[in-house]
Amino acid sequence: MSVTVRIPTQLRPLTGGAGELAVEAVTVREAIDVLDHDHPGMKARLLDEQGTLRRFVNLFVADEDVRFLQGLDTGLPAGTTLSIIPAVAGG
Amino acid sequence: MGQVVGLHCRECAHAYAAEAIHVCEFCFGPLEVAYDQDAMRRTVTREAIADGPLNMWRYADLLPVSADSPVDLGTGLTPLILADRLAAEIGLGEVWVKDDTRNPTGSFKDRVVAVALTKARELGFKVAACASTGNLANSVAAHAARAGMESFVFVPHDLEAVKLITTAVFGGHLVAVEGSYDDVNRLCAELASEFACWAFVNVNFRPYYAEGSKTLAFEVAEQLGWQLPDHVVVPIASGSQLTKIDKGFRELFELGLVDRDHEVRISGAQAQGCSPVATAFASGADHVRPVKPATIAKSLAIGNPADGWYALEAVRRSGGAIAAVTDEEIIEGIRLLARTEGIFAETAGGVTVATLAKLATAGIVRPDERVVIYVTGNGLKTVEALASAVGPPATIPPTLEAVAELLDRDGNLREARR
Repeated sequence: MSVTVRIPTQLRPLTGGAGELAVEAVTVREAIDVLDHDHPGMKARLLDEQGTLRRFVNLFVADEDVRFLQGLDTGLPAGTTLSIIPAVAGG
Repeated sequence: MGQVVGLHCRECAHAYAAEAIHVCEFCFGPLEVAYDQDAMRRTVTREAIADGPLNMWRYADLLPVSADSPVDLGTGLTPLILADRLAAEIGLGEVWVKDDTRNPTGSFKDRVVAVALTKARELGFKVAACASTGNLANSVAAHAARAGMESFVFVPHDLEAVKLITTAVFGGHLVAVEGSYDDVNRLCAELASEFACWAFVNVNFRPYYAEGSKTLAFEVAEQLGWQLPDHVVVPIASGSQLTKIDKGFRELFELGLVDRDHEVRISGAQAQGCSPVATAFASGADHVRPVKPATIAKSLAIGNPADGWYALEAVRRSGGAIAAVTDEEIIEGIRLLARTEGIFAETAGGVTVATLAKLATAGIVRPDERVVIYVTGNGLKTVEALASAVGPPATIPPTLEAVAELLDRDGNLREARR
C-alpha cells in the first residue's frame, strides 16, 4: 500500500533533493527498508547498529510520534503520511 | 565576539561551518558552537568583562555573535537576590534567587533570542520565527520588532491569554496551532525544511540561541564575586537552559575566570504533569521517554524535550537530582517566593521554588551549601493559574469603625493593631 514519506533537509542529499516520496509499505520498519533500498544509506541514518530508532530521530505516522504507538512496528494505513523529523528542535 | 571555529556535532564531532543549521547530517545529533578556547583564554579577562555594558553583552567575548550591532532590548545583568526569608522557611542556609523575571519581555528567553536574532541578521535573514510555549513568543515578537524583521510565532492554541496579547502587541504574525507544544514544535521542525529563508530561533538557529543561556551562569558567578555557587536549581522544559548553565560554569573555569575546588551541583525542576526527565532520573534510565503534558506550568510543558538526555547527563555528572512537583505545590511555590521575598514568578518559577523545598526536605540540597535558584519568568504572565488560590479583598465602607470591625473579626489582623 502506498504511503507518503516526508524527508527532512538533512536527508535530502540521499533523495536527490526530494522532500516527499511515495513508498509501498505496511509498517514503519518496512518503509525504512524500502527507503534504504531506493536511497542507500538511509537506514543507517535512522537506525543505530542494534536496529533501534536513533535517539535524535523522531518518526510521526499521521502526526503521532511512533514512540507513542508501536514504534517501528507501527502500521501504515494506505494514504497515510510518515514524517521523518530531527528530534533536536524547540525549547 | 567569541573566537568561533564553526559548529560541531555533539554526538559524532562532525564539523560544519557556522551557518543556519542545527542538526548533524550523519547522526541527527545537535550541532554546537565550537570556539578556539586557547585564543579566548588569552583575551577574555575579568577586567574586560567588568568594563563592558551593564547587560548580557558584557559577555559578548564568550558568545557566538558580535556585540557591535546586537539585536538588543537591554537584556541581562538581572538581580541576584539573597533570599534569607525563603531560606529560613525551607530550612536552608544561603539561598540566592537569580531574578530573571526582570528582563525586557519578562523572561530569560530574551537572552537566547538576542543571540539568535543577532546571528540571523548577520547572516542576512529578514524573517524571525519560533515554536513557543509563550515566553519565547513574547521575546521573538519584541526583538523582531526592534530589529525591523518580520516575525512568525507559532504557539499552542490553549496558551495563557496574557501570553497571546503580550505577543500580538508587537505586530508580527501570531499563529495559534490546534495541538500541544510538541505538535507546534514538530510543525516548525518541518517548516524549517520548507522555509529555509526563515530564522527559526529554536530550530535552524538553535546552536546560537542555546548559547545565550550561558549568560545565566556567567552573571551568577560574577555577581558572587567571581565564585561558583555550590548548587543550582534550574527548571527543565527542553533541557537546553540547564545544559547551557552547566556549560557556562565549566567554560568560566576552563578560561581561568573562576577557581573551582568542586563541581557546581546542578539540580532540575519539573512539573509532575510533564516530567519525562525527572522520571528518567528516578528510574536510572538512559533515555527520556516522551509524555503527553498536563500541567499548569505551560512554559515547561514539553513532553518530548530535545535536550532532555543532556540535562539528565549534566545532573548525574554533577551530583544533583531532578524532582517533580504537583500543580498545588507549584501554586504554593509561587506564593512562598512572593510572600517571603517579594518576587512574583510565573508557574515555572513556582516549579523551581517547590522543587527546591522538596530537595531541601530530602537532604539533597543542604543547609551548608551556597544555593542559587533560577526564577526565569514573570508572574504577571500566568496570573490565571492563581485566580482561585489567592483570596478576594475584604470590602468595607470608608469608616474607622469598619476597619476596627474587620480587625476584630480576624484574630491574625488583631495583632496588626499593636
